[in-house]
Order: sequence, then C-alpha cells, then structure tokens
Amino acid sequence: MAERERRVTPPYGGVFVPRSQVLDADGVGRALVRIAHEVLERNSGVDDLVVVGLQTGGVPLAERLADELERIEGSEVPVGTLDVAFYRDDIGLRPVLPEAATEIPVDLGGRTVVLVDDVLFTGRTVRAALDALTDFGRPRAVQLAVMVDRGHRELPIRPDYVGKNLPTRRDEVVDVSLDGVHIGELVKR
Amino acid sequence: MRHLLSIADLGRVGIEGVLRLTDSFVEVSARRIPKVPALRGKTVATVFYEDSTRTRVSFETAAKRLSADTMTVTVGTSSVNKGESLRDTAETLDAMGVDALVVRHASAGVPFQVANWVEASVVNAGDGWHEHPTQALLDCYTISERLGTLQDKRIAIVGDIKHSRVARSNVLAFSLLGAEVTLVGPKTLLPPNLERWPVEVSSDLDAVLPKVDVAYLLRLQSERQTEALIPSLREYTATYGLTRDRARLLRDEAIVMHAGPMNRGVELAPEVADSDVSVITRQVANGVAVRMAVLYLLLSGDGEAPIDGG
Repeated sequence: MAERERRVTPPYGGVFVPRSQVLDADGVGRALVRIAHEVLERNSGVDDLVVVGLQTGGVPLAERLADELERIEGSEVPVGTLDVAFYRDDIGLRPVLPEAATEIPVDLGGRTVVLVDDVLFTGRTVRAALDALTDFGRPRAVQLAVMVDRGHRELPIRPDYVGKNLPTRRDEVVDVSLDGVHIGELVKR
Repeated sequence: MRHLLSIADLGRVGIEGVLRLTDSFVEVSARRIPKVPALRGKTVATVFYEDSTRTRVSFETAAKRLSADTMTVTVGTSSVNKGESLRDTAETLDAMGVDALVVRHASAGVPFQVANWVEASVVNAGDGWHEHPTQALLDCYTISERLGTLQDKRIAIVGDIKHSRVARSNVLAFSLLGAEVTLVGPKTLLPPNLERWPVEVSSDLDAVLPKVDVAYLLRLQSERQTEALIPSLREYTATYGLTRDRARLLRDEAIVMHAGPMNRGVELAPEVADSDVSVITRQVANGVAVRMAVLYLLLSGDGEAPIDGG
C-alpha cells in the first residue's frame, strides 16, 4: 500500500511506513460484515440506530458498516461524522485542530449510537467523543465498534464490536483503511 | 500565533487557516448546545476604551461558547476613571492571570504597545483609524461563504475610507486573498498616500457598481460633517449612498456588506439593507465563529498551533 501521511497519530506528524499486513481489503470487508450482524443481533434490528464515524479514520468504516446494515435489513440507517478536536484533554499539550467536518444528521435523543473508529488505543479519543455526543442530545445507548483494538488503554473504556484484536508495542503505529490493516512505523520527515 | 494585532501578521496562509477553522465553529454554533469545552479554565478579558456593542458582545459570546471565562473592563466603571494608566490596567489584568486581552482603543497602536507589556495574548479589536483584523476576517469568511472565493472578485469599499480601520484591515485582507479592491468616496474622506495601497480609486459610484461582486459600505461618522469634510448628509447620500435606485445597478449575484453600526438612510437605504442582496446579518453571525477561531488559535496549545490547519 502507499505511504500515508499521518498528522495526528503520536508522535504527531510524519509518514506511515508499513512493515507488515495484518488484514487485507477482503479481511476488513469480512470483519465489517460480521460486525454488522453483531450490531443487528444486539439491537434486534436497525430501529433508532445511528452510525457515527470518528474523523477521520472511522468515517469510511462507518459508511461501509451502514451500507452492510442496510443491505441485510433493507432499511436505511443514518450516518454521521464527528470530529472531537475541541473535546480532547490534550488541548494545551499539543496543537489540536479539527481535521474534518462534524455532521450529525438526526437528534440523538433516545437513539442508539454506534460509534465507529479505526483503532482503539488509549481510549482518550473515545472519551472525548462521548462528551461531544451529549451535545447533540441524550442517546439511549452508545456502543463502540473498532476495526482494531491494539491495547494500552489509559481509561476504563472497552469496545462492543472488534474487527481484530492486535497486540502491539506502544511505539508501533497501526494504519487502517478499507484497503487493509497494516502495522508499521511513523517516519519523521 | 501569540497575538492578533494586524492582518499583516497573518498573511494569506494565516487568513486561510483562520477561515478553515471557522468552518468548524460555524458548525458548533448551529448545534442545539452551541458550546465546546475547548478553552475551559482560560480567561478572556475585553478591555474597551471606546464604545462598542457588537464587537464586545461578539468576542464575549465567542469566548463563552469555547467555555472560557470572560471579564468586561469598560472605561466607565474601571479605575481608568481614577487616573490609572493604560499600562497599569494591562499589567493588573495580566497579574490576575488573564489569558487573553481583547483591546479596543481610540489611538492607533495601543494593542501593539499592550502586547509588549503583558504575558497574555492580545487581540486588536480596533485601534483608532488603524486596524480591525477580526472584522476583516469575518468579512472574508462571509464573502467566501456567498461567492465561493475572493480570488479575482471585485470589491468596492465605499465611503469614509480615511477614518476607517475596517477599510484598512479589509483592503489588506481582500488583496492578500486575490480580490481587486476599488475605493470610492469623496476626496476629503480618502487617506493621503493612496498610491502605496493595492487598490483602484474612484469618485464615481454609479460607474463602479455595475462591475463589482461586493459593495462594502462604510459608516459615515456623523462627526465628520462638523469637520466640514462633506457639505451635508443629504448631498453625501445623493452621491455616495447606496440608495434603492442605485442598488439596481448591481449585478444579480452581487452582495452588499456593512460593518455596522449603520446609519440607515445615509450610506445605505433601509430597503437595500433588509433585502436579499444584503449579507449584513451573516456578517454578525459569522463574527462569533471567526472570533472563536481566533481565540482558539491563540489560547489552545502553547501558542505553537500550526495555522495551516490539518
């Protein structure tokens, strides 16, 4: 896969150089299909469900997950995007600028939100996302779906749906896209 | 970025960075709960030595929507009345741990001077006839919101250019973003040394209006009449006011702007100000979001936030 610029992944800025592939595009696709079935099983359908992708890595996954849910159930699932820059607890420690748009298409009050991100690491992004969500209403429940759980949690947060559990070293970087999951390093330019 | 004193400090890249960040704060402002915790624990003080409603309220709203605490220092109620010097006032606020001072003063250069005295970030909210950078930023945002871009757009700034800090900041910002600016006004209200400005100059509003994408009206400061710079308000309106008849000269997609407070019926006819061509209320709404972006850039992080966004 092509080298990808990673601006927000610690240590903040550089080019991702992949070392090995963990999942290929088909693997990511199969994981999303399985997660879609798990979501439907847990929630008995898609009534009052909203899928929200975290900017930027969670957004394409959220769209694919919503597509799968629609394909299986035959009814439409609203998809939103969320940028958590203004809710992060590391504002002041490093430059935190929003990367892309927040767009929540429906009032979240009374709905079940499936929050989607690419990689679950320290849990701080998810903590910020939970804060942000409450500004759009009071969801009945929030569930967390991630493509990769790489461990090293710093907060009491756990995912409800996991594409792949992946033990990592702290200094490694995990890159997720619809093309696959790779482990590698961030090279400073 | 530590202070925002002049549009020139930002440059084109800086302005574009602020405008990009403003998009996010426009979205925040449209939420049911238009407030984010980004600047929790920071304190913003507005220090105004000159009357203002919209700018001060706009800055305070912006700070509150970012969860910062706000303080208002106005000359009427402060120790300035007891003869406290500008420097002592600034240093007192600084010693209390205020993180940003939003300063307006009737003399050019005061915010620059204050920035030398304090640890806090200083935002110029208008200094004399000199600059009003956040007004220029919100005007740029409003124009790109309606017209897509400022590149190659033709903008007429009409009226009392000489005494207008809005005109000075806007000429800088508009031309940095690639617009062609024409200044229109009576010779007595044009500043000297215009040959060094990146602008065209005209005194014929009727000839300029059909060519422009933006007609930007400046407030005619009524005290100018007593200085005999214009013969009478009525004659000024007849020659340089955007009357209902004159507004028909504008192209279909053109917009009308005004920094406020406006003298209805003098520089701008009420029917025009309240019509679809006017984006004056958008300017006010965008002002809050732009000032959120400015305060966020100044006060988040260690002042090293990259202005290029991303």
